[in-house]
Amino acid sequence: MFSLRQISKTYQGHPALDAIDLAIAPGQTTVLIGPSGCGKSTLLRLLIGLIAPDAGELCFDGQPLLATTLRDQRLRMGYVIQQGGLFPHLTARANVILMAGQLGWSDRRISDRLETLRRLTHFPADGLERYPSELSGGQNQRVALMRALMLDPEVLLLDEPLGALDPMIRFELQQDLKAVFETLGKTVVLVTHDLAEAAFLGEIIVLMRAGRILQLGTLAEMIAAPADPFVEQFIRAQRSHHIAEALT
Amino acid sequence: MRVRRLQRVFAVALAVLLLQGCGQPEGQVVIGSKKFTESVILGETLTALVKAEGVAVRHRASLGGSRILFNALASGEIDAYVEYTGTLSHEILARESPADEAELRTWLSGQGIRMTGSIGFQNNFALGMPEPMAAALRIETISDLAGHPDLRVRFGSEFMERADGWPGLREHYRLNQRDVRGVEHELAYRALGAGEADLTELYTTDAEIAYYDLRTLGDDLSYFPRYDAVLLYRADLEQRAPRAFAAIGQILGRIDTAQMIALNAAVKIEGRTEAEVADEFARTHLGIAVDRPTPGLLARLIRHTLEHLVLVGVSLVAAICVAVPLGIIAAQRRRLGQIVLATVGVLQTIPALALLVFMIPLFGIGAGPALVALFLYSLLPIVRNTHAGITGVPAPLRESAEALGLSPAARLRRIELPLALPTLLAGIKTAAVINVGAATLGALVGAGGYGQPILTGIRLDDTALILEGAIPSALFALGTQWLFERAERAVVPRGIRGR
Repeated sequence: MFSLRQISKTYQGHPALDAIDLAIAPGQTTVLIGPSGCGKSTLLRLLIGLIAPDAGELCFDGQPLLATTLRDQRLRMGYVIQQGGLFPHLTARANVILMAGQLGWSDRRISDRLETLRRLTHFPADGLERYPSELSGGQNQRVALMRALMLDPEVLLLDEPLGALDPMIRFELQQDLKAVFETLGKTVVLVTHDLAEAAFLGEIIVLMRAGRILQLGTLAEMIAAPADPFVEQFIRAQRSHHIAEALT
Repeated sequence: MRVRRLQRVFAVALAVLLLQGCGQPEGQVVIGSKKFTESVILGETLTALVKAEGVAVRHRASLGGSRILFNALASGEIDAYVEYTGTLSHEILARESPADEAELRTWLSGQGIRMTGSIGFQNNFALGMPEPMAAALRIETISDLAGHPDLRVRFGSEFMERADGWPGLREHYRLNQRDVRGVEHELAYRALGAGEADLTELYTTDAEIAYYDLRTLGDDLSYFPRYDAVLLYRADLEQRAPRAFAAIGQILGRIDTAQMIALNAAVKIEGRTEAEVADEFARTHLGIAVDRPTPGLLARLIRHTLEHLVLVGVSLVAAICVAVPLGIIAAQRRRLGQIVLATVGVLQTIPALALLVFMIPLFGIGAGPALVALFLYSLLPIVRNTHAGITGVPAPLRESAEALGLSPAARLRRIELPLALPTLLAGIKTAAVINVGAATLGALVGAGGYGQPILTGIRLDDTALILEGAIPSALFALGTQWLFERAERAVVPRGIRGR
């Protein structure tokens, strides 16, 4: 669905992405993981054209992202960020249907689609008329997910969608997200820094560090044959982190 | 849709105002007067004379200083007013030495203006100080002041600036007073009376000279020129309105210095209105009966409120229509934005009075220049808050809107402007409240409003009259604030209210 060839991006002299080659397969969930500043969010923002690469070639469904085509290409992608990025002046409903309204969908089509999504994401019906500030963090992420899925895009891009939630809600939403991904069978690219979440949600894990891809595969493959000492280190750190969490 | 209707309403309101401001009804004669009592009394007297002839006449009272009146006459905004020969040669012509009469007439006719002979009195400048103090310090003449550098000197603002005022006087007599400040001429008298000042300039027909027991200091080095009161009128007046022209001529030679002092005293000491005093003078001394009703408090209040409302409302609506788009452009283009913000910032630093005077040649006197000045002053808070509101939209929201696929126009309309709305409204509210206060200055150029009773009240030392303008003005400002807070609650969505 996406193909990246020798993609580089530099921020104030520091390379955020360094000659990345990557192909993201359609219909699969790909998880980008790595320590802070490894370039995983930058990579996701490149995919939806919020930033442009300094060098290299990026294609979406065989086509480059151009200024003239970007808007139409974005309608084929859904995007969710950490705090949801919901518009605080619009109700949950208005947030979700905003773009469909702009595209001139009929009221009937809009309300049918909204109802489908509401059931899919387990969002309470009475929450639709609330503003984001009146909903919990978890509910806000469900709204953000509905908004991203409203136009039934081919691709779903999620940037640490569960990063700001407390563990219980996070666990619940992980289950729901997995169910949604399985039901819809879309191309999903998800950014996280949590290895357990990556393993739970992702079919393919892309482990990054300092703007480069260290290893690509399943968690089992990474544990069995780490491509780099850092891969082993990263996996061990995440495990001990979980143990520490369990003890406190 | 709603915006378009608003624009139409605004266009109509502007057109009505322009018509009111520019076109005098055919045949109407307009008398002007300066912002001091004597000039207003004489203006009222001229008005009474024309009115007695049955000619439509309007008195634009208390318009401001000599410059404003002369420019208004030159541009045809007014048809006649009383001027002083000394002021003409020194202030209007900016001459060092007095111009002779023939020279004055030639110069004036080049401006389409004619000058009559004397009305009968001189109103010269002099310096005065409280009699007991002058006696104690043995000050008889202006030269005697040289030995007293510590005197507290308070001059009228116009005298402080004009060529034939303090700058020339200080040079001529080599005066060395250090504490010299400009205040309203009327307030200077009060400061002298209260013992808070020692020396001020006098007009020799001022009623206060006797009232405050002031000693007039001798002009021993003959600095001050003669200030004969004369009529200035437009050259076409005689042909255009012969009856009005004949009527105003009746005043010539009829008011001597003692009479003028008495008329001034009737207003300033006895507290009667200029119109009453003028009518009585016309009746008793010129044998002309004038009958005009004086509006009551309620009628005055309604008129001033309407005038104020138009000044504030029209200038604010115009400012919103211009400043919001400017703020949006400023937010979207950084470099241009800095230029826009700097420009409206500079506009704010122009003193209100200077701005009003600049506007007179362009927009005449009356509501025009006041509206433009208020409009310009309203720009800064609205432009700045629109800019701040839009640039303050958090980056994640900006990017979410972009990632959704919204076009730039839709992002502005659906996301950025609504999120900027509370800040934007706060800017408009600030502009409106400032506007209510600033609009009182409009009275200086004949725009009316609450400033009119305030100015007259200051001039006449009449607290009741000052309050007649000040209280409604304060209530108006509070009401405006309340209205905007209500509007804010109505249009700002619950989700972002009270952030």
